[in-house]
Amino acid sequence: MFDKTVAELSAALRRRQVSSVELTQLFLARINKYKNLNAFITLDPERSLAQAKAADARLAQGESTVITGVPLAQKDIFCADGWLTTCGSKILSNFVAPYDATLIEKFNKAGAVCLGKTNMDEFAMGSSNETSYYGAVKSPWNTEVVPGGSSGGSAAAVAARLAPAATGTDTGGSIRQPAALSNLTGLKPSYGRVSRYGMIAFASSLDQGGPMTRSAEDAALLLNVMAGFDVRDSTSVNEAVPDYTQTLNKDIKGLRIGLPQEYFSKGLSPDVAKAVEAAIAEYKKLGAQVVEVSLPNSQLAIPCYYVLAPAEASSNLSRFDGARYGYRAKDYTDLLDMYCKTRAEGFGAEVKRRIMIGTYALSAGYYDAYYLKAQQLRRLIAEDFKKAFESCDVIMGPTTPSTAFKIGEKSDDPVAMYLSDIYTISVNLAGLPGMSIPAGFDPKGLPIGLQLIGQYFDEARLLNVAHRYQQVTDWHKQMPKGFN
Amino acid sequence: MSLDREQVRKIAHLARLQITDSEAAAYAESLSRILSLIEQMNAVDTNGVAPMAHPNDAGLRLRADAVTETNQREKFQAIAPAVQAGLYLVPKVIE
Repeated sequence: MFDKTVAELSAALRRRQVSSVELTQLFLARINKYKNLNAFITLDPERSLAQAKAADARLAQGESTVITGVPLAQKDIFCADGWLTTCGSKILSNFVAPYDATLIEKFNKAGAVCLGKTNMDEFAMGSSNETSYYGAVKSPWNTEVVPGGSSGGSAAAVAARLAPAATGTDTGGSIRQPAALSNLTGLKPSYGRVSRYGMIAFASSLDQGGPMTRSAEDAALLLNVMAGFDVRDSTSVNEAVPDYTQTLNKDIKGLRIGLPQEYFSKGLSPDVAKAVEAAIAEYKKLGAQVVEVSLPNSQLAIPCYYVLAPAEASSNLSRFDGARYGYRAKDYTDLLDMYCKTRAEGFGAEVKRRIMIGTYALSAGYYDAYYLKAQQLRRLIAEDFKKAFESCDVIMGPTTPSTAFKIGEKSDDPVAMYLSDIYTISVNLAGLPGMSIPAGFDPKGLPIGLQLIGQYFDEARLLNVAHRYQQVTDWHKQMPKGFN
Repeated sequence: MSLDREQVRKIAHLARLQITDSEAAAYAESLSRILSLIEQMNAVDTNGVAPMAHPNDAGLRLRADAVTETNQREKFQAIAPAVQAGLYLVPKVIE
């Protein structure tokens, strides 16, 4: 039962072959059995089981939705009323959220069960889950390598079958990169598609929540719940939400796949290149055609991002001051001292680096050279995509330049760590939807991800294109050894 | 562009982060490396390009100026480090 997808569990619950309480107990036992992965920060079995009981009652009364009774893991960036919500940081180590994020509220209304809050890089700033105050997460594929980040706990939990699916958030690749490194299907929706209300902000013009699952079909089921306009998020977009499951099986004959030459140049590992090329060949067999496109400014996405994201973060994280909630330093002389000590003790090194880069980029005399320049580049990057989509329907390429790296390998070198998001960051800058799906393994047995990029609000097509591939391949069904 | 220890101290102060001397030295080194990555931006001429602040160029929505939130002071203050008589307590700021 633990290896079943959300779609399969939903059917089993509806046929009353299993109860939500039984499923919840099963996954909680697995979480406990494999706690060496460090995938979760907070568990609250009593609360989870109470939700499961309520779901079983709904199922008995026939008042259920497709995901009623399905246990899910929630990234610890989403505020959930009554749950400790740390965002991977010491500064929120005692923060029991007093309200629900819109995303959590939607899952609660639909009757899903929260299994626990998953580990993550501190404030989602990282690509390896090593910046978490609660310790690194180990990959179930090889406990010496990283699961990816920042949604590393969600990735490890779903890959090890500790949860059938999880939520993640993606500011520069934090859903797609861990999905690629952990053999999952991960979808970052278009900017404005999923409400950011109650999702602790890192870089507000880039952050988006999305599903991390084991199939495109499951991603569609979860996105059906998550997507939609929210008056409480000022950047939420009022666009109709289709039923993403309805178009999964559409024929993709004639689909035009754009391959950006820049995504296949130096820096890409031969193993990843080979797997991506094999996936493209598979798509040709399904009737797709390939066109060459160019994203000439994609090399500048990383420098651009490391101005804009830290600038927004330095502003967003100014709210953590020890006055109204969260951690407060013990000894201080005056208000300024309280702020400075609380923040020095409460934030980790990577978060401090980004706050300082952002503060510097926004400071008097440097604003035009850094912040304004980066915003101009952002437009050039977005226009590259616009032009590319004149000749194709989806863009494909690798999600990451290489497979998972060793824990500790890049943790002392922030710049090397930043480069691991080279193919994912530009998608956030443009605000487009992006996806990573399993496409094979390297000789060491580590997963490889294929990235799909779509036009604004074209999530349905991405899910359709991913689903068709998953009908003719079984990479996404592979499971790490030792988790039976 | 590279930053020295004094500049790092100044930035840390603006960001309300207390840092020690040895931390200032380490941050000067790592922040300088990040800045040299950032300076690759200068390779592209962006003269006349309109800055893009946001993926939704359309701008932000307005709403009616009406009360939509209920008062939950007790609930919110229950998680505060220090409160008294419904107020948040911080060190004295006015002598």
